[in-house]
Amino acid sequence: MKFSLIWLKDYLETTATVSEICDALNAIGLEVEGVEDPAEKLAGFRIAHVLTAARHPDADKLQVLTVDTGDGQPLQVVCGAPNARAGMKGVLGLPGATVPANGMVLRKSAIRGVESNGMMCSTRELELGDDHDGIIELPEDAPVGTSFADYNGSDPVIEVAVTPNRPDCMGVYGIARDLAAKGLGTLKPIAMPAFSAAGACPVEIRTDDPEGCPAFYGRVVKGVKNGPSPDWLQARLKSAGQRPISLLVDLTNFLMLGFGRPAHAYDLAKLSGAVVARRAKDGEQCQALNEKTYTLDAEMMVIADDKGVHDIAGIMGGEHSGVQDDTTDVLLEIAYFNPARIGATGRKLGLSSDARTRFERGVDPEFLDQGLDLLTGLIVELAGGTPSEVVRAGSPPIAPKVVAFDPGHTLRLGGVDVSETEQQRILESLGFTVAADWNVTCPPRRHDIEGPADLVEEVVRIHGLDKVASVALPRAEGVARPTATPQQKLERGLRRAAAASGLNEAVTWSFLPEWAANHFSDGNDTPWVLANPISEDMKAMRTALLPGLLMAAKRNADRGAASSRLFEIGRRYFRGQGGLSDERPTLGIVLAGEKTPRGWQGGKAKPFDAYDAKALALQLLEAAGAPVANLMVMGEAGSQFHPGQSATLRLGPKVVLARFGMVHPATLKAFDVDGPIAAVELFLDAIPAKKGAAFARPSFTPPALQAVTRDFAFLVPATLAAGDLVRSVQGADKASITGVRVFDVFAGQGVPEGHKSIAVEVTLQPGEASFKDADLKAISEKVVAAAAKLGGELR
Amino acid sequence: MTDITSRTEAALAAIGAATSLDALEAERLETLGKKGWVSLALKTLGGMSPEERTAAAPAIQSARAAIAEALDAKKAALEAAALEEQLARETVDLTLPAPAAPKGSVHPVSQVMDELAEIFADLGFAVATGPEIEDDWHNFTALNMDETHPARAMHDTFYFPDKTAEGKDVLLRTHTSPVQIRAMLAEGAPIRIIAPGRVYRSDSDATHTPMFHQVEGLVIDRDIHLGHLKWTLETFFKAFFEREDITLRLRPSYFPFTEPSVEVDVGYSNEGGRRVVGGHGDAPGHAWMELGGSGMVNARVLEFAGLDPTEWQGFAFGLGIDRIAMLKYGMNDLRAFFDGDGRWLAHYGFSPFDQPTLSAGVGARA
Repeated sequence: MKFSLIWLKDYLETTATVSEICDALNAIGLEVEGVEDPAEKLAGFRIAHVLTAARHPDADKLQVLTVDTGDGQPLQVVCGAPNARAGMKGVLGLPGATVPANGMVLRKSAIRGVESNGMMCSTRELELGDDHDGIIELPEDAPVGTSFADYNGSDPVIEVAVTPNRPDCMGVYGIARDLAAKGLGTLKPIAMPAFSAAGACPVEIRTDDPEGCPAFYGRVVKGVKNGPSPDWLQARLKSAGQRPISLLVDLTNFLMLGFGRPAHAYDLAKLSGAVVARRAKDGEQCQALNEKTYTLDAEMMVIADDKGVHDIAGIMGGEHSGVQDDTTDVLLEIAYFNPARIGATGRKLGLSSDARTRFERGVDPEFLDQGLDLLTGLIVELAGGTPSEVVRAGSPPIAPKVVAFDPGHTLRLGGVDVSETEQQRILESLGFTVAADWNVTCPPRRHDIEGPADLVEEVVRIHGLDKVASVALPRAEGVARPTATPQQKLERGLRRAAAASGLNEAVTWSFLPEWAANHFSDGNDTPWVLANPISEDMKAMRTALLPGLLMAAKRNADRGAASSRLFEIGRRYFRGQGGLSDERPTLGIVLAGEKTPRGWQGGKAKPFDAYDAKALALQLLEAAGAPVANLMVMGEAGSQFHPGQSATLRLGPKVVLARFGMVHPATLKAFDVDGPIAAVELFLDAIPAKKGAAFARPSFTPPALQAVTRDFAFLVPATLAAGDLVRSVQGADKASITGVRVFDVFAGQGVPEGHKSIAVEVTLQPGEASFKDADLKAISEKVVAAAAKLGGELR
Repeated sequence: MTDITSRTEAALAAIGAATSLDALEAERLETLGKKGWVSLALKTLGGMSPEERTAAAPAIQSARAAIAEALDAKKAALEAAALEEQLARETVDLTLPAPAAPKGSVHPVSQVMDELAEIFADLGFAVATGPEIEDDWHNFTALNMDETHPARAMHDTFYFPDKTAEGKDVLLRTHTSPVQIRAMLAEGAPIRIIAPGRVYRSDSDATHTPMFHQVEGLVIDRDIHLGHLKWTLETFFKAFFEREDITLRLRPSYFPFTEPSVEVDVGYSNEGGRRVVGGHGDAPGHAWMELGGSGMVNARVLEFAGLDPTEWQGFAFGLGIDRIAMLKYGMNDLRAFFDGDGRWLAHYGFSPFDQPTLSAGVGARA
């Protein structure tokens, strides 16, 4: 909402400066978004007297002027305006000034070889109008040398953000009322131009849907003369950012911007029969003033006559029945619409307008008659004509709300002590009526007031939020208690463990391009897809963390990064019970590019492999407190992984804690990224919570005797998983074998076709007594037998 | 006798001249070896009479001692020289690069969330969470924004075509405020929580991204008022920015879920092209910057959340986490937060060991 200082002062008697007014506006909740002072824009532009004008020696359309700027030293200026001539007065921009229209900084220069010391300006160049046919011509008495801003009258424009609860401040008068309550001046009564109405309104007015349009008032004014608005009106509308159109249209806009009251003027000649506020028929169409055609439904209100729909009620007038320059008879409409219905219609049509903004938030239901009289009076005063009496259909909801208020509530809720007399003054200055028993009657324009808390807000915002003192929250005794949940501790710990492993934490979008989300959704988990995405790239909710990280890795590679080690802790979004979501905390890792660069020690650069992914998966699961020793390495990591180089880590056959491995070449291709890339996902929701853990660890009982190791090499079928052999050997003698570690895997020369050799180091821990040769021999036999069960043969 | 003396001298000379351990060993065998002349001479002592032995023994013994000592000394010298030579051969060029360990980092958003948790834990706030895919009841209706409420339009909401089993619209939460409702419904009052997390609005320009992070704060008790809200935010910002000169300005505003509603501004100055929080916004060279919205929880919201507004009251606030992270740590482009650019993560990210603690200061200095 924008308005000029002069317009504000039409309604507010004040000596306050612009900056005092802005401070007050901020203090009472009308946030100042900007102040535009035309004087600043026009700095460096002065009134100049053209002394001589001669043809430019080298250009037909240019003249060389000498101009007096009042300091006795005439300046030479080259000018292309046809109306530049000796003796006239105009506006000269001096070197250093910035032309408002285009931001060009003026300089002393040579134009076709002739020195020019500034620019004579048109109204368009100074953003004062559209005229660019010639330079500004000022009256003879314009004082030469004076700053043009001062001469032109600088009227600062203030822009405030009006919150949706304050439609009463969507007119300058309402803002003046709030400022007056704050003590910035005195609110002037609305000046009502006198007119005399004669005869009944010749047009029948009806509301056929009192729920959607409780009140519809009208009046005809005949014999008006439309045309351009007077300067004062144009200046005010322009300050509000509204382009002047014609007197009749401008006056309805003036009523809206000045008093927050939308109204409409119809060209009576284009109406036929009764003018009715009614529900639209399904499929009925209306061509609105913005030249677009809208298809309506029965939930929407229209203003129609015998011939058809003219208005989308409360939102936009029609293209065909609006006033034109040659309009002589008008029907003025002022109505009260159901705010919820206006909002619903506007949303459904995707149509916003100044009128909708006001109607859907709620206009002043008490301002119908006065608003219509004000509009009529201004029309009669400025456009002439003869007004009829008002015709009224229905009545607006003006029953006032009464709030039983306890002034002590201001201190209890607002934390500031305001005397009862001051509270009463504040409320009354805003139009509330305070009874002796503190029953407060609200002005009907204040749709936002619902209860005592709203009155506390009124008192506190006018009294001053700066007067609210800080008061410490009561504090529990002693040291603050821990508050983090196990899940929060898990995520915090994992995050730092992952970073300590050399991974960089990224935060990627929760939404993905649909193809990327679909690529990572296996079977049943169709991604959530937005109905109104902001772009195709941010459309479907992720069901995996890897796609976002793969895309980030690709961007890094495209920027020339040799490697990306990225992780993210975030949610995957699935469908849960009852149409709600099921959001699962997950840690994703992508390892792309070089694991180690080429080097003097290692030779060629090395890529990441599946064991890098496995190492991270296990290391982080361990950091998360998962029972890593009990995990099984199983398959089915998903179709996005290399089928031969990926696995899942499971606790039991069903509970998948992680998947890891190399990304499938088809996935790399789909994401247009170079491989090989290793990836990991940990499913944090699947990690079992630690139960009943105490601070004290179990006692430390190192074995009394030293462990011994024995090496075994087995020839096994090539298809045998090393893990199976290890598990089998481990189980050969559970009492003695405390560790089995693969230290060599070999196939090729010396190993028969279809076989491989796996060498394991077995750690044996003696109990009470040292192993005797016979013990070791017995254990060895058990180990060999265990391997033999899997087709292993001691080499 | 002379023979022993001269042979000893010759042996000592040979030992002294030995240039290798092999040569030295040969000389040892020549003298002290089983067949060496010193050993043989010593053996002759056994066949002598006591008198002869007393006469002959000292010369032989001293020859043996002298030679043994010389052998040991020479051996040590030769070994030392050999080691020195070996070490010289083993010299490496330590100006060559050592293998580099990759350096990981924690994202600024996570770091700041940890800082928030640490500071607010000291004030007795727990961390609450809720779903990001919400229904419109929790995101709007229970926060006093019914279907026709104009403020819903201010939220640029992302919707899904789906409906819940109860027929509610499904959307991406536009703020962390629905967690207030869930927390109050689950835990009742009194309650002190913060709720950090991702939120979504259909908005994208230099300072807005369609996904960003907010932290919600909620305190409900019997006698909480605006003064407590002001103190809590002041106290938080002082701890967060680790400066005592934080000055807040509360401005009346409007949020459907609070009444009264206040916008929170903080004073700052421009230093070296950066906004530095601190000082009074009206002081010379200073200005105010909006940090978030807050207010006293609307009585209707308390009712929706199952609390009796005649018994309970309190405040709520919402702050942009990305925004306060930028202010504290100097980032200037919000979009870069979500790009995963390794260079940016390395530059603005935090060491895993920068775990915020109250005793060390929650912030991590560059």
